Order: sequence, then C-alpha cells, then structure tokens
Amino acid sequence: MLEEQTEITLDELRHLISDRALEGETMLLNMGPQHPSTHGVLRLLLELDGERIVSCIPDIGFLHTGIEKNMEAKTYEKALVMTDRMDYLNNIGNNLCYALAIEKLVDLDVPERAMVIRVILAELQRIASHLVFLATHALDLGAMSVFLYCFREREIILDIFELCSGARMMTSYIRPGGLWRDVPAGFEEAVRDFIHYMPKRIQQYEDLLTNNPIYVDRTKMIGPISSEDAFRWGLSGPPLRATGVAWDLRKSNPYSGYENYEFDVPTGSNGDVYDRYIVRIEEMRQSLRIVAQALDNLPEGPVRSDNRKFVPPPRSELGHSMEAVIHHFKLWTEGFSAPKASVYLPVESPRGELGCFLEGDGGPNPHRVHFRTPSFAVLQTLPMMSKGFLVADLVAIISSLDPVLGDADR
Amino acid sequence: MDVHEEAVRLLESELGEDVLEIITFRDQTTVVLAPSSILSACELLRDQAAFNFLAALTAVDYWPEEPRFKIVYQLYSLSKQVFLGLNVPLPSDDPKISTIESIFPNANWHEREVFDMFGVTFEGHSDLRRILMPHDWQGHPLRKDYPLGYEEVQFTFNFDEIDKRKPYAKE
Repeated sequence: MLEEQTEITLDELRHLISDRALEGETMLLNMGPQHPSTHGVLRLLLELDGERIVSCIPDIGFLHTGIEKNMEAKTYEKALVMTDRMDYLNNIGNNLCYALAIEKLVDLDVPERAMVIRVILAELQRIASHLVFLATHALDLGAMSVFLYCFREREIILDIFELCSGARMMTSYIRPGGLWRDVPAGFEEAVRDFIHYMPKRIQQYEDLLTNNPIYVDRTKMIGPISSEDAFRWGLSGPPLRATGVAWDLRKSNPYSGYENYEFDVPTGSNGDVYDRYIVRIEEMRQSLRIVAQALDNLPEGPVRSDNRKFVPPPRSELGHSMEAVIHHFKLWTEGFSAPKASVYLPVESPRGELGCFLEGDGGPNPHRVHFRTPSFAVLQTLPMMSKGFLVADLVAIISSLDPVLGDADR
Repeated sequence: MDVHEEAVRLLESELGEDVLEIITFRDQTTVVLAPSSILSACELLRDQAAFNFLAALTAVDYWPEEPRFKIVYQLYSLSKQVFLGLNVPLPSDDPKISTIESIFPNANWHEREVFDMFGVTFEGHSDLRRILMPHDWQGHPLRKDYPLGYEEVQFTFNFDEIDKRKPYAKE
C-alpha cells in the first residue's frame, strides 16, 4: 500500500541553502537532468546570487538501474554483462575490475597472454574515455572542432574493440579466467597503426587548446581544490593527480601485470580545471607508451585458464571428450561456486579508483556485489568546488570532473 | 612488521574487546568491530596508522540470519599503499550506527546510499536523505527480502510460502 504522496518541499533541503533564499534575495534555479552540459542525467539545484553560485545541491539517481541487485540474481559469469552498462565509457575497465575480483575470490590464475591483452585493451579504453572527456569538455567551452576530431579518433579504438569482441561498446570481452577468445588476425596491426597515428593527433588537440587564450581564461584557477581536501573528499584519478598527489593504483597496487610496464604518473599543481585537462592529455601519451610496450612483449599461448572448474572448455573439445561436455553443461547451467568470503578489488579506471566489493556465499550467485565508482565519489565534491564561481564556470567544472552518470547511479 | 598487523595490534590495544574478529582472506585483512567503536577505530586508524582515505563504504544483508546487516568500510593508506577492511555487524531490529562523516567527509554520500538501499540509519548524519531512489520510494531495494521485480511462480509445494511475502494491493 502506498502511503500518501509526499510533496517535495524546500523543507527537506532547508539545511543546504542559505537564509537569503527564503527572503527571495537569491534565486533557486533547477539545472538538468535534461541538460547537455550535465553529461547525462545529473540534476543540480543551484542557489544563485546574480550569476554567482551560492550553493549547489547535486541530485543523482536518474539513471539508477539496480545493477547491484540484478547481479545478485545471476551466476558470477552471467552477471558480467551488467558491468558493461555501468560506466559506458569504460566497458573494458569494468569487465576487468569484475573479472579480477572473481579471480581473487576463487583464486583463479590467468594466462600471461590474456593479461597482456587485457592491459592493451584497458589502456586503449582509457584513451577512448579521455577522448570523450576532451571532446565534451571542449564543446562545453565552445570549441566545436575539438569535439569532432576526438570522436574521429575514438572511432578507431571502438573499431579495434569491434574487431575483438564484435561490439563497439558493450564488449563483455574480459571474462573470469581470461578473455572470451583470442584476438583475431589483424589486431596487432590495427593497434600498431593507431599508436603510430595518435601522438600527432594529441599534439593537434594541444595546439588547439593548451595555449589558447580563450580556453586558458575559462579554465585556469576555476574550481581549484587543495590536495588535502581532495583526499579527504575521496577524489582519485585525474582530479586528485591534478592537485599534485601522484597516486595511481596501477603503480601503487598493480594488477594484471602493470608492474612490468614503464610509465609516468602525470601530476598538476593547482587542482583546477586546466590541470585536470593537462593531466588527462599526458595520461593519453602514457597509455600509448604502455600499449607499445605490451605489444612488443605479447607472448604466445592460451588466453583462457585451463581450470575447468571455472572456465568452460573450448568448443572443439566437446566433440570427443565426455568430461568436457560435463564441464560445459555444469558451467553454463549451474555456474561455479565461490567461497563464503569477501574481497575488495580496486583498479584505476579513467575516472579514478573503481573498486569491486564481491562477497560469495558458497553458492553460484554472488551474495553481494558493490561497485565503488569514481563518478559517485567525484560528484560529491561539486558543491565545494563550484561555490563562488559563475554558472558558466560550473559547466567547465562538471566536464572537467568527467562524471558518467551510469557509473554514479549504477 | 606488516602494516596490517600493526593496524590490528593498534586497534586491539586501544579498543580491547570491541575487536570481535580478524579475518584474513587471500592478501586482505578485515577487522570486525562492535558498532559502538566504529568512530574511535576510524579516528585511531587515520591519526596513528596513516589510513587516511575512505575508499568505499557499503553494506551486506544476511536476512534471515542474525545479525542481519554488515557495514563494510574500506580504508586506504596512501603512504603505506595498503587497504584495510572494517566490518561492523548490525541487528535487523532498528539498525543504526554513528556516522563517520566527522573523520572522512566523503562518507556523506556513501552513507546516504546505504541508508537508501538498506535502511540503516546513520546517527548524527548531516543530510540523511535518499540518494539513488526517488524521495517518496517505499522500502529498501538491496535488502534480501525485497523482491527483484518479477512475479514468483507459485506451485502447490510453495504456494503458501510465496503467498506470505507476495505484495498485494491492500485495501
């Protein structure tokens, strides 16, 4: 039975706005959820003094799809497809985070070749995600051409994903125990072409923006945050590194063999919109470095674990091995079970720390899956960052934080 | 000495019997604490063991077992580069725990999410409203006794059992 509908009144938000709003001295303005520069369905309630922001109250949840609840009703492997839909600019990264959490929970090893391909794809995904950041960020500030260039380059990366997995975005390519299948012929060549082509393009974006007086005016010292505040408020990834803290989970808590690659962690100093842009541009270059090293050292061998208790046998074995048929049947009907324990596995997504908390109950379905998502963490700091700035600056700040609402709301 | 061991020893010496259990699984250490001590544990870990980052905060529902809820905290130490888990069991009857906003301000939204999804109250929270679900939503979706959304098929053998928890339009 539904209780009577409660009207939404200002009383509920009374503690978040100033007294001047009640007098009508300041204006309350609704921004979003359908607004092109809120990057999805973010709704903001702004209290404005003229053009200046007195307070900003973010309202999220418009894209809440109950992914965590749904995953509890599926087997470990079948729940993987849900992770693609979470942060839709970092599909491979989400797959990777969830697969690594399962592998840790059930103690499953991954072949060397699969680990290297995972790194290549995760770094390509990072570049693709940063390209969307750059495109939309520049577009929000009025630079239309950057938007077109970035989406042109992103398409090349999505073509590589399509080559491997058959899907541009919802890849579900990284599976517990390895990959769905080996990369096809032409993969290496496509990636090599891309890393040869890309540095010139990154230079081109920089030529368009880095020293552009209009861009610099709109971004320097806009929405700054100190490194102490950033840390206290749970920022990670590029927004944190822009404040000067060189924390990257690929360096500090390496996974999937990241300790074998040489790369730098770029940092800024002011923690403002401009520094976040610089950090992301440099991260794209570092990702290209990692991809190049991984390609040079790509070992031969299997891409799926041969532990048949967790990974289904290849199709070719089903014709002549009874045991393979049994395993195939077991894994695709019941699934594998995981111990009654919990793991927390963090990875460095393009947006920051993406953590998967996974708890098993001894059966084939996860008892609880929780994703600690960087967009959720970063949107929380928006009121603090935007205070005292203009509405036009708020647009720059939101895009510089690069939130994906599918990631925040899950 | 291992960073985890150091932190565990610190908690044990300061909190005594409030440290209920130490779980080590794979390479992870999780300390199970009594609900009353969460605030002092977080403060100790932040100030004396350099665990200065709240990475994640979530909950698990064990319905129909008791204690029903488990609040999970993941702390990170930037200088030592390790994670540490804290678990706090809560009963099904009026689950509440004090907020850790004063120590880690970013707990604000994470606690709102747990409140929204599990109905756990965080005492002293500055802004305890629903965050993901609409403000007038009934129930807490991530609880285990909350249906996923589909209609369960009733057979003769489980008709009564399902009937008991099946939501009907009531007068």
